[in-house]
Amino acid sequence: MKQENNKAYKFGMVVDLDKCTGCGSCMVSCMSENNVPFKDDESEKKKSITWMRVYKLTNGKAFPDTQVVYMPRPCQHCAGKGGHGHSPCVSVCPATATDYGHDTGIVSQIYTRCFGCRYCMGACPYHARYFNWWDPEWPEGMENYLSPNVSPRMRGVVEKCSFCYHRFQAARDQAYAEGNKDEIAEENYQTACTTACPAGAIVFGDLNNPAHQVHKIVKPDPHPDPRNKHVVGKSRNPKVFRLLERLGTNTKVYYLSEREWVRKAGDNYLDGEWDKIKNHHGAIISHD
Amino acid sequence: MKVDRRSFLGLGLGAAAGIAVSPIGMKLTDDSSIWTQNWPWTPVPVDGEVSYENSVCSLCPGSCGISIKKIGGRPVKIEGLAEYPINDGGACLHGIAGLQYLYDPARVKTPLKKNGDKFEEISWDDAIAFVADKLGDIRKSGAPEKLACIIDKDQGSVSGLFKRLLKTFGSSNFYTMPSLESYLELTAATLHGEGETISFDLENASFVLSFGAGIIEGWGSPVNCFKANASRKQRHAKLYQIEPRLSNTAANADRWIPVKPGTEADLALGICAVILKNKLFDSTATANFKGGLNKFGALLQKDYTSSKTAEITGVKASDIEKIAILFAKAKMPVAVFGKGRGDGAQSLKELVAVHTLNCLVGNINKKGGAFVQQKTNYLEFPDESMDSIADKGFGKTKLGPYVNQLIEKVNASSEPAVEALFVYNANPCHSLHDSKNAKQAIGKIPFVVSFSSFLDETAMEADIILPSHTFIERLEDVPSGAGLSKTVVGLTKPIVKPLFNTKNPGDAILLIAKALEGSIAKSFEWESYEECLEGVTSSIWDSLSEEGFAIISEGVPSGSAKVNISFLAKNPLTVQAQGDFALTLIPIDNMRLISAGVAASPFAIKTVSDKVLMGRDIVVEINPLTAKGLKDGGTATLTTPIGSARVKVNFNEGTMPGVIGMVEGLGHTFDNKYVSNKGINVNDLIGPVIESGSGLDAAFGIKAKISKA
Repeated sequence: MKQENNKAYKFGMVVDLDKCTGCGSCMVSCMSENNVPFKDDESEKKKSITWMRVYKLTNGKAFPDTQVVYMPRPCQHCAGKGGHGHSPCVSVCPATATDYGHDTGIVSQIYTRCFGCRYCMGACPYHARYFNWWDPEWPEGMENYLSPNVSPRMRGVVEKCSFCYHRFQAARDQAYAEGNKDEIAEENYQTACTTACPAGAIVFGDLNNPAHQVHKIVKPDPHPDPRNKHVVGKSRNPKVFRLLERLGTNTKVYYLSEREWVRKAGDNYLDGEWDKIKNHHGAIISHD
Repeated sequence: MKVDRRSFLGLGLGAAAGIAVSPIGMKLTDDSSIWTQNWPWTPVPVDGEVSYENSVCSLCPGSCGISIKKIGGRPVKIEGLAEYPINDGGACLHGIAGLQYLYDPARVKTPLKKNGDKFEEISWDDAIAFVADKLGDIRKSGAPEKLACIIDKDQGSVSGLFKRLLKTFGSSNFYTMPSLESYLELTAATLHGEGETISFDLENASFVLSFGAGIIEGWGSPVNCFKANASRKQRHAKLYQIEPRLSNTAANADRWIPVKPGTEADLALGICAVILKNKLFDSTATANFKGGLNKFGALLQKDYTSSKTAEITGVKASDIEKIAILFAKAKMPVAVFGKGRGDGAQSLKELVAVHTLNCLVGNINKKGGAFVQQKTNYLEFPDESMDSIADKGFGKTKLGPYVNQLIEKVNASSEPAVEALFVYNANPCHSLHDSKNAKQAIGKIPFVVSFSSFLDETAMEADIILPSHTFIERLEDVPSGAGLSKTVVGLTKPIVKPLFNTKNPGDAILLIAKALEGSIAKSFEWESYEECLEGVTSSIWDSLSEEGFAIISEGVPSGSAKVNISFLAKNPLTVQAQGDFALTLIPIDNMRLISAGVAASPFAIKTVSDKVLMGRDIVVEINPLTAKGLKDGGTATLTTPIGSARVKVNFNEGTMPGVIGMVEGLGHTFDNKYVSNKGINVNDLIGPVIESGSGLDAAFGIKAKISKA
């Protein structure tokens, strides 16, 4: 529900996969910004809490035609079918510990409400959610670098990327203090992964604001996909795609690549299906 | 009242409805999460006033500007510093994780002295007196040259103080660990003359021909290279990557040219041959070549025809010709050398052969090309005061040109070749080839003084540790280098008061010098390192202290460079891998790990893929064609002439058949469960191979076999 006095933002991100080098700065910046803990063995990736995780994709071809691309994956902040806020995780949470912010487009996670049923983890098609199987532990003294802006989590709760919501709060406060409560300047609210990326591969901003870089790159379609009314906000840039777009999760994290095989890797296609739709990307045939 | 069916059902439904609408369910759920989540051991970070301080990261030669966010005086986050001339806001994962070094469990908290197998805490006064006493004895024995020093770099004032102490003590045995900067200087000295160095204008080049340089793997000044690479698309510039495996740089490049390991020099010469044969070179540039261009040309037309080069390197003859033409005809081409991060083993033949391409096409000191200019020196130390012992000792020749020869001499001689060793910002027991051999040599030296902040493998071998502040706690000048097209000196500032009983390494050196008395003390007449720094950087101090950095040089250098190609005209041998197994093991530089100096932080280790590290096992990559009898994800035994190890196997189509890739920077053995005892150190499996003519360790890999464990 849109609040009367507030302007509705729709924060989103676009990641240029051709620029991404897989260096891992975004992952570490996220961990250090959000008090994400670490264990002595983090090689079992399903149990390794990484709000931002960089995946390695290959085109599957044999030497020497192999190609590799890195894909950073934060929480996709799904708007759900038709963009009404019914994100897969929000729909299943019995504790209202995760909710869709209609004023921001951000999917929240309230740790103290969560009682660890992990339905949301099962519902998330992007493996963006992580469960705290153990209490976090910092070596002696290291808890001194923890930030008060993000609560450290405890055993038994689920956590995930919040688009650095505390940075949004700070930017909103700043905008209020400066007297323009309706306008948060683009540069004043940027996520920790965005500012850290040394390649400038991540662009973050308000998808509702045509002046923002992210809007200019994504060019979100104001109308639902004619073939699948559940899909909204589809990009009109033929190089831009979303992950599992045809599910109608309506993610707000977009990806950009010049390479066709990379764009194809964003979803699962039947044999021959991709060839039929790739040329009119602006109107991908969706599942009915 | 009679309980009949009707009233029973009514009551039951009423109760159910009552429970459903009452808040008790919600309340109990809420309470249960409150009861089970508010543990006293979950930290509650203290809030406070937010402030930002600027400094410079000195974890690697990149020298990026950083901004440290503090809350209530506590540093909580490191980010890249916007508008800093090197990284303009970007930062790498190691710098961002910098605060983990401050609170590292492996930090040395107070001076330590070894007693038997154990370290005992001692006071700074006792530690300095002890070091001065030992050094005094060496000096009295008349062999001051037996004091040696291994340090990360020959740049900056702290390094300058170490060098000065050695000189005034009477020793020229000052060694640096291999670094890209040292290779750039050596290549420049070989082709252009002593005192010169080389840098690459990657931000402007229109065609980058990289001979394995990991431009996005931490080569050079990493963040600057990331940015230059990211702007490639807008600039319509091309990157061709020559490398035996599909590194991230190769994957990001416009073209990946797989080449047999260790044949990069031959490929460069093959390309030179095509350029010379087809007269694609810049004749005004070659007119001034000295050292026998005709002889060099004749040699190339004989030994490096396209077909012969194709046979050696595995690159098709037609491709060699195509690349040569593209390179020579590009508007602003540049050939880049320094495999991987450029700080590992390198062959001078390869470095010179690649840079000869730059000389041939005449892109020296042109926009988008290679810059050749005098090494900048902004430091002005006053003249040393040398007594007769110092003069005599300093006049003696060094034990060898490089650190590898030092290790070899120490291990080979029955009498101690070195009586005392200083180690600062270097971990030779982990990062040199055949690390066991290096460890043996360090262990053999009677008196080893480590200035490490962490109890790493080399510090463990020390007799005394004089712990340094981390870069968050100390003042230091940090000059850029490593191929960056401009020279910027940054100032690292203390952001927090030292956490432990540590000192600035500069201050530790001053104390040792003063305790040694006489002419040595006279050469170190500063009250503190701070005073010394201000004095020796006086020409740029205003800018350093006010701006946080000083730009020493920028833009295209004026003037041309002399070129002497006699080194290549003599047809030096190409280094071969040691051993005669069928496969070749090569080290992989991975941006998320660190191969020299400090170990990677817990955060950085956390980002490492499970295709690189699985539990305690290192994962090697191998082409499925080569992996006969092995299973993807299975365990295998990897054997080389110098060692054998248990590894896991990852089938990787991006690895050339016949090649096994193993990541560098794992296998630490010190006491930090988050980063140590993970995988093995690739340097335990690869031994040094000394290149004749240059004396460099040029082992690009080693012959190996792999079988099911």
